[in-house]
Amino acid sequence: MKVGVVTFPGSNCDYDAYSAIKVLGAEVEFLWHHSADLNGCDLIILPGGFSYGDYLRSGAIARFSPIMGAVMDFARSGGYVIGICNGFQILLESGLLPGALLRNSHLRFSCKYVHIRVENDRNVFTSGCRTGQVLKIPIAHKDGNYYNFDGDIEELKKNAQIIFRYCDPDGNITDRANPNGSVYNIAGIANHEGNILGMMPHPERAVEAILGSADGLRIFESIQNSIGQGVEVEKA
Amino acid sequence: MDNKKAVVYVRLKEGVLDPQGLTIHKAILNMGYDEVAAVRSGRFFELELAADGNKLKERVDDICRKLLSNPVIENFSVEYQE
Repeated sequence: MKVGVVTFPGSNCDYDAYSAIKVLGAEVEFLWHHSADLNGCDLIILPGGFSYGDYLRSGAIARFSPIMGAVMDFARSGGYVIGICNGFQILLESGLLPGALLRNSHLRFSCKYVHIRVENDRNVFTSGCRTGQVLKIPIAHKDGNYYNFDGDIEELKKNAQIIFRYCDPDGNITDRANPNGSVYNIAGIANHEGNILGMMPHPERAVEAILGSADGLRIFESIQNSIGQGVEVEKA
Repeated sequence: MDNKKAVVYVRLKEGVLDPQGLTIHKAILNMGYDEVAAVRSGRFFELELAADGNKLKERVDDICRKLLSNPVIENFSVEYQE
C-alpha cells in the first residue's frame, strides 16, 4: 500500500499522518496542494490543520486547490480517501461526503482524548475492529459539530454510513460524551460506496501506546489489510 | 462604464443551529436589553466588479453558490450597487 498525505498551506497534522503510516510500516509520501498528481497512491489522507487559515469556512478554500481536483476524481472512481479533522471539513465542502461541520456548540476549541464507538465494521476503514468496539482517540477542533438534516441522517443510518459515534469509555452514547454538539453523536461517516471516510478525531495521533493510545492504528491497519487482500482500487 | 459593486449576504438556513448567534443573544440579555428575542449571525462580502455584461449576475451567483456560501447550511442574497 502506498499512502499520499496532502499538504495544504496551513496543514499541521501532515507530519503526524506521515509518521503514523511509517509506524504502520507502509510506503508514504507527501503530496503538495499545487500538484494535480497523486503519484499512484492507493490511499490519500487529507490531514488536519487550518488549510488556508480556515478563512471563509474551514475547508472551503482548500476544496478548490489543484490537488483536490485529482483527489475528487480518484475518490469518485473508488479510490480510498480519509479526511481527518480539517480533512473531513474539506471532504464535506467538496461534496464527497454529505453534511456540514458547524462551530462547536460550546464555541471553544477542544483538545482532549475522547472515546468513539465503531458503528459498522463491514467497511474497509474498520474491518479490523468489531462493531461496538470503543476506541480512544484525541480530538482537537473548534468546528467539529456535525450537522445534517433529519432526512439525511436517516439516510446515513439506513445505509450504515455512520462509522464512529462519540461515547463514554464503556461505549454508551450519551450527551455528556458528545464533545461538540454533533447530531446523533456523529464522529465519522463514510460515503455510500464506502471508499471515503471523514472523521473529526485524530487516529494519526494515537498510533503508539507510549503517546497515550494506539487505537488509531486499527483504522490504518484495516485499510492496509483490505488493500492487501486485493480489493479492486483504481489507481490514481 | 462605472464599476458595480455586489454586496453578498450569507445567512444560516432556518433551523440550522447558530451557536454564535445564541451566545451573542445571551450577552445582549445579560446587558439588560430584554427586548431582543433572538439573534442570528451571518457574513457579508463586497465584490467590486471590473466588468459588466448580461452574464454578470449569473457569474456572481455561481461564486456565491460555489465558494461564499455552503448550500448545505446557508442561503445567500446579493444586492447590486452602482
